[in-house]
Amino acid sequence: MIWLWGAILFWLAAWALNARLAAGPAARHPAVRLAIPALFGVTLLVLWEGIVRGLQVSPVILPAPTEIGATIAASLPILWGDFVQTIVKGALSGYVIGCSAAVATAIAIDRSPFLQRGLLPVGNFIAALPIVGTAPILVMWFGFDWQSKAAVVVVMVFFPVLVNTVAGLAASERMQRDLMATWSASYWQTLWKLRLPAAMPFIFNGLKIATTLALIGAIVAEFFGSPTRGMGFRISTAVGQLALPLVWAEIAVAALAGSAFYGLVAAIERGMTFWHPSQRGRP
Amino acid sequence: MNRLLPILTVVAAIVAIWYVATIWMNAQWTRDQAERAGVELSFRDIVTDTLAQDRPVLPAPHQVVAELWQLTWVEETTGRRGIVKSGTLSNRSLVHHGWLTLSATALGFAIGTGLGFLLAVGIVHNRAMDLSVMPWAIASQTIPILAIAPMIIVVLASVGLTGIVPKAVISAYLSFFPVVVGMVKGLRSPEVAQLDLLRTYSASAAQAFWKLRLPASLPYLFASMKVGIAAALVGAIVGELPVQQGGLGARLLAGSYYGQTAQIWAALFTAAILAALLVGSVGAVERAVLRRQGMAR
Repeated sequence: MIWLWGAILFWLAAWALNARLAAGPAARHPAVRLAIPALFGVTLLVLWEGIVRGLQVSPVILPAPTEIGATIAASLPILWGDFVQTIVKGALSGYVIGCSAAVATAIAIDRSPFLQRGLLPVGNFIAALPIVGTAPILVMWFGFDWQSKAAVVVVMVFFPVLVNTVAGLAASERMQRDLMATWSASYWQTLWKLRLPAAMPFIFNGLKIATTLALIGAIVAEFFGSPTRGMGFRISTAVGQLALPLVWAEIAVAALAGSAFYGLVAAIERGMTFWHPSQRGRP
Repeated sequence: MNRLLPILTVVAAIVAIWYVATIWMNAQWTRDQAERAGVELSFRDIVTDTLAQDRPVLPAPHQVVAELWQLTWVEETTGRRGIVKSGTLSNRSLVHHGWLTLSATALGFAIGTGLGFLLAVGIVHNRAMDLSVMPWAIASQTIPILAIAPMIIVVLASVGLTGIVPKAVISAYLSFFPVVVGMVKGLRSPEVAQLDLLRTYSASAAQAFWKLRLPASLPYLFASMKVGIAAALVGAIVGELPVQQGGLGARLLAGSYYGQTAQIWAALFTAAILAALLVGSVGAVERAVLRRQGMAR
């Protein structure tokens, strides 16, 4: 019981500290802005640990964070193998293929307003569908290895990126395009020097949405059949063996990989669209 | 008509590509069969055979539509276990499975939207909550949450919760974060001048909330509810994968185990129709509410 009360006490104390920090004069300082969510995260972990130990929750239902940490440290080779199989081979290759195909398609249909008016509503509609459901079909077509996972990822990321790119290519203003025309710029020069740069904020918006979709697609596709490694495979088999700490370790890896992937794309965006209002004025 | 023609053209093109792909992908099996039987095949024979195989690699569109019709109307009206003969929905029909998925989606969406709404109100009115919770809500968007769906199902089953609730938990979780992020944005959308005006009327925080912040947040709420309900449907379908107790996800997995491609595609189309209906009905409510509010675009 002492664990439970200790955790609750810690939570109350941390919350009081956070409330004081947020209301205090230092709230605008970047370090404090980082410290408050960090403290909140730590509080959640402590509360979790306290509840699991205090109420003696069976590790089959919810393992404690320390136990998960120990599992991560003990099974690094397994986690690394799964990471390479699912994220690097499946998600990343599918992401690259799908996103480049979507941008290429958007440029290809760019010259035909008729096709755009037709493809945009259809693309928007398909982007809202449960595309994950195509996973069993694609696993059947492309086999159990990473190629089928990459195919699922391609289908999942294609339409969000396509819709955003088409919207982005229409984002340059009439005046700017007229200016390019007065310089007798060709279609490709206008595309390369004006419209693609102007479309970058939109394209990156699509690319950022696609990072999460890519990981989801690669992991869920493994539930429908996979070689004996991979994060989705490990999660479904470990759940079957009630080895919950290993499942949580995989989830931690997936969460870290997802955040890192998103952060990487966001960092590239900041470098390439430094001129856009949403990027200016940030420290 | 001006808007419909391009869409119909694109849809027709997709169907045409699908037919060509059907012939191309199923031709191998047809040729193998013919070789074994020692028969010469003309192109015409290949086309007719590939479009009518029992277990095609890719079923033709008309086969999928026929399967859909077979598993909904025909099964319910003439099937031994259909609603006409037995009084209950047949457990082979997609109406039954679609209903299971839909009810889990709806329950989860209601829970997720409600909780998301409450958290957003808390975040907007409490600075400590804003600074500590909001970064996590945004970061959690980058995490592949769906991957833990099977674990949630199994864990909840081990504490005795089965049926609709575990699936609804996943749906709620998935629809929760879009609503939080959208609502916070929406509740903050009134301009400073408008908030100042209410302060000059000496309105309380509650009055400002009901009379200004909430109405101003509605467009944002509906936009994120559309994202949330689509996510809730995906969550319910993935939640049906690990425990085979019916639902569209269970049909997908069963179809993939037994190589029943037409069944997979029929389940997939049912899911697509459900998604369209759900997003469409949120859109209809949105239009009606915004028109009453005088905000219709």
